[in-house]
This record gives sequence, structure tokens and C-alpha cells, in this order.
Amino acid sequence: MELTKEEEASLKGEHGETLAIAYRVLVAIGEATNADRLLPIEWAHLSGVNYNTIGDAGEEFLANLSKDAKFKVKTTVNPMGFDPNTVSKYDISEEFIKKQNSIKNSYKKMGAILSFSCIPYEIFDLPKNGTHVSFAESNAAIYANSMAHLKTNKEGAFSALASALTGKSSFSDLRKDDSRNPSLTIRMKTDQKDELTYGMLGYFAGKVAGSSVAISGVKELDRRSCKSLCAGMGTSGTCGMFTLGAVRGETMDFGKEEAQKIHDELNTTDSGDIITLGSPQLGLDELSDLSGMLKGKTFKKRCMIFCPRAVQEQARRVGFTNEIERAGGELLSDCCICLTPLIDKKDVDGVITNSVKGAYYLKTSNDVDVNLKNLAQIMKEETI
Amino acid sequence: MTLKVIVKGKAQGQIMIAKKPINFLGAVDKKTGKIRDEKHDLFGKSLADKILVFPFGVGSSVGAYTIYSLKSNNCAPRAMICSKVDITTASGCALANIPLVMATKEEYDSLTDGKKILLDADNGKIL
Repeated sequence: MELTKEEEASLKGEHGETLAIAYRVLVAIGEATNADRLLPIEWAHLSGVNYNTIGDAGEEFLANLSKDAKFKVKTTVNPMGFDPNTVSKYDISEEFIKKQNSIKNSYKKMGAILSFSCIPYEIFDLPKNGTHVSFAESNAAIYANSMAHLKTNKEGAFSALASALTGKSSFSDLRKDDSRNPSLTIRMKTDQKDELTYGMLGYFAGKVAGSSVAISGVKELDRRSCKSLCAGMGTSGTCGMFTLGAVRGETMDFGKEEAQKIHDELNTTDSGDIITLGSPQLGLDELSDLSGMLKGKTFKKRCMIFCPRAVQEQARRVGFTNEIERAGGELLSDCCICLTPLIDKKDVDGVITNSVKGAYYLKTSNDVDVNLKNLAQIMKEETI
Repeated sequence: MTLKVIVKGKAQGQIMIAKKPINFLGAVDKKTGKIRDEKHDLFGKSLADKILVFPFGVGSSVGAYTIYSLKSNNCAPRAMICSKVDITTASGCALANIPLVMATKEEYDSLTDGKKILLDADNGKIL
């Protein structure tokens, strides 16, 4: 890899140990992915925020790093383990809360915007087309490349952190225009056009595609279906981008049979004790829709609804939350379905959700059974 | 022979070869450096101060923090040699400043367990 004199000096530690660590990470990942140089990025979105995922080793590292590190570019962060406003209602240990707060403080000290959201593309203004960013949240990276006209690799926790500290990333994979051209097209062949089907389409595509894939047979995607597709794709593989439209390269079909196979893989029970919505977290228009669907209805079961703090506040101001909370919906912010300790197998046997990503992590990490069905079906079967 | 350098540096020590890939998050005790996975061929052995030779890392990327903890607790390997570099091992060695190189199959197979070597990961050489 070719480095500038300035980068070389930072790597050698001439500008302090923090920058040396950050450049070592960028160079190591760059060498591992055959990058030829580094390039500037304008925005880093970090994963590795939830104590449940990074543990003591991560907490200690960030506490150490934050003693003198400062982020160089706009830096936003993924959800953490719980909603601090409602955490006392849940059985979360003092230890967990203490460690999670330490992680939060470390990121704050380094200058992060404490967004605790997996949908940065929906709650922040987007930079101009073609801008390089560094997104570690997989659904956000895929959305950035595919819908927001931004460029990012599907970054990991460390490469995005190093990007935040240096304002740079390695010039490889999807940052290069050649790699953005898909060599495989998935032909959408099923008539089902709900968000769950698009989530499963994404999950299917992620399994079979390389770094970029084309999807034909889909003219338009509403925001809910689009987020679902991005999240499904990010869950199952390394693919970081899709393009809607014409067939390019090899083709594969996603029809009824393929959808059924994925549903069979992720749906492990026919009923659940609680309902969870919001993986990815819901945006304002989704809360608006939900509020409309719930008119005159009540959830039969406990329903946890995850959305960013900024979205919840806006929704409160315009009144969308009234109908949702009256119907029994529980709004949670700063956290998400994935890897939250709020859903524990000692209290819950099965969880109902319309999220493919949520289903995957509930099963593999929280070890609970999942009843996967679309929002319309949840409304029909789980409310009165 | 020239090894592909992932994290630069120099290290001297005894080679310890793992036949199986290593899951740093689950299989390594970060306080002692010992492999605690009973199914691993290095079970019970400590990685401390060795030149660790293993195929590649597996499991959660959070394992990179474990590599950093090993170094902070003075029980990390002095260097690592892999046959295939994964992002977790690369990130972890970068965080902890542990020299890391990637060897081709031929180079990898020529390494002998227990042998003392000097790894020059600035120039990608074994002396």
C-alpha cells in the first residue's frame, strides 16, 4: 500500500499512539483487502456500541482510547443495549448498566453524536452524491451504496473506528467503481410485495451474491420494504450493494419456493409471547403508518417498538405516539431488537416479528423462537 | 521468501503451531493467554510470548478486542503468522501492535513447531 508522508509519520507514532493505532488498523485491513492507498471519508458510523456485543474487552479498550482520542469527522453510533429512560422497568444488572454507560461516555468523550441508531441515513442530512463515508452498520452501508448515492464498504467495527479517528479509509472493494458493477442478477419472481418478502429477498441475495448484486423485476420500493431488503441482505452475507433494474451478468430467480425455504429457516414457531417491530429501527413515516393502522385496535400481546430517540421525540410532538401507546405499544429508543438483553429467553419463549434481521439475531443470539410474519398479518392476528 | 506484511514489526520467539483456526473471543482466556476450548488442538496451552502460527481466525469480530486485552495483560503472542488473513485477526494485531504476516501454503508448511525464529515483519522475512 502506498501511504503519503503524513500517513507514514502517523503510522510510525509521530503524532501519538492513538493515531498510530488507527493507521495500523487502516493499513492492516487495507493490506488484507488489497487496497493500494487510503482516501478521505466524510462521515463514520460506528458499530460496537452495545455492551452485549463488545463485552469487557471492548469496554476497556474504548475507556483507554478515549483518554486522549478525538474523532476527526462526523461520527454517529449504532444502538446500545437498552433505553436509559425505561431500563429500570427491565431486569438488567447494575453491572451491565455501568459498563454500557462507560461505553457511552467513551464515545461521547471522543466526540461522537450519540444517535444510537441503525438508520443514520434516515435521521441525518445526507452528504452530496458520490461522497465516501464509512458505515459499519450493515443495513446502513447497503442503503448508503444502493439508495443514498454514497460510497462505503461494508465496514467492520474497527475499520469504521479508525476512519472516525483519521478521516480516512482504505481504497478497496466497493469504493472502486469497477467493483460496484454487479456480476449477478436476482430476478424477483414472486407476487408477494410486502416488507417481509423483500427482507427474505435481501437475505437470499446476501447468501449468493458477491460484493454487489442487481435485482430485476422490482420497479419501486417503499421505504419500509427497502429497509427490510437492506437489513436482510446485511444479515446473511458480505454483499454491500444492490441496483434495481436491468439484468446483468448471471441470473438467479427468487420465487415462491426460495421465499418459502428462507421462511422455513427463520420461522421457528407458530406463535409468540411478545411482538417486536423495528429492526432496522422505525422512522417517522413508519410510526405514522402504524398509528393509522392501530386506530380503534389494541395489541393482544406486549409489543415493543424500536425507533431512534429523535424520531420518538418528533412522533410525540405530532401526536403519532398517542394511538400507538393507547393500543399498548411500548416505544423504545437508543436500542434495537438485535442483541438487546431486554428480550431474554428466561421470560420469553417466542417472539413475533416482521424483520428477517431481527429473526436471525433473536434466534442465534437471544436463543428465543421466532414467529416471522408481515406487518399486515401481525395487525390482523395480534390485535383486537 | 517474502511474506505479505499486515502489521509491521520485529519479533523473536518460539513457533507454536495451531492446526485448527482460532476463535479469539470464545476460545482464548484473555487474562492468561491459554486456549480454553477443549476441542482445540492447543487446549490448555498458553499463547504468551510465542510466534503463533495458525490458519486464520474465526468467530465474532469482537475477538479483535481480546487480542488487545492479551497484550494489555502481558500474555499475547509476540507475533502471528497466518495462511489466510481475516479482518478480526488483522484488526486485533493492529490494535495491539503485534506483528502479523500472511504466508503462502509453501511457506506455511515449512514452519516447524518449537523452532526459535526471528520474524522481521518490516521486510516480510524469517531469519
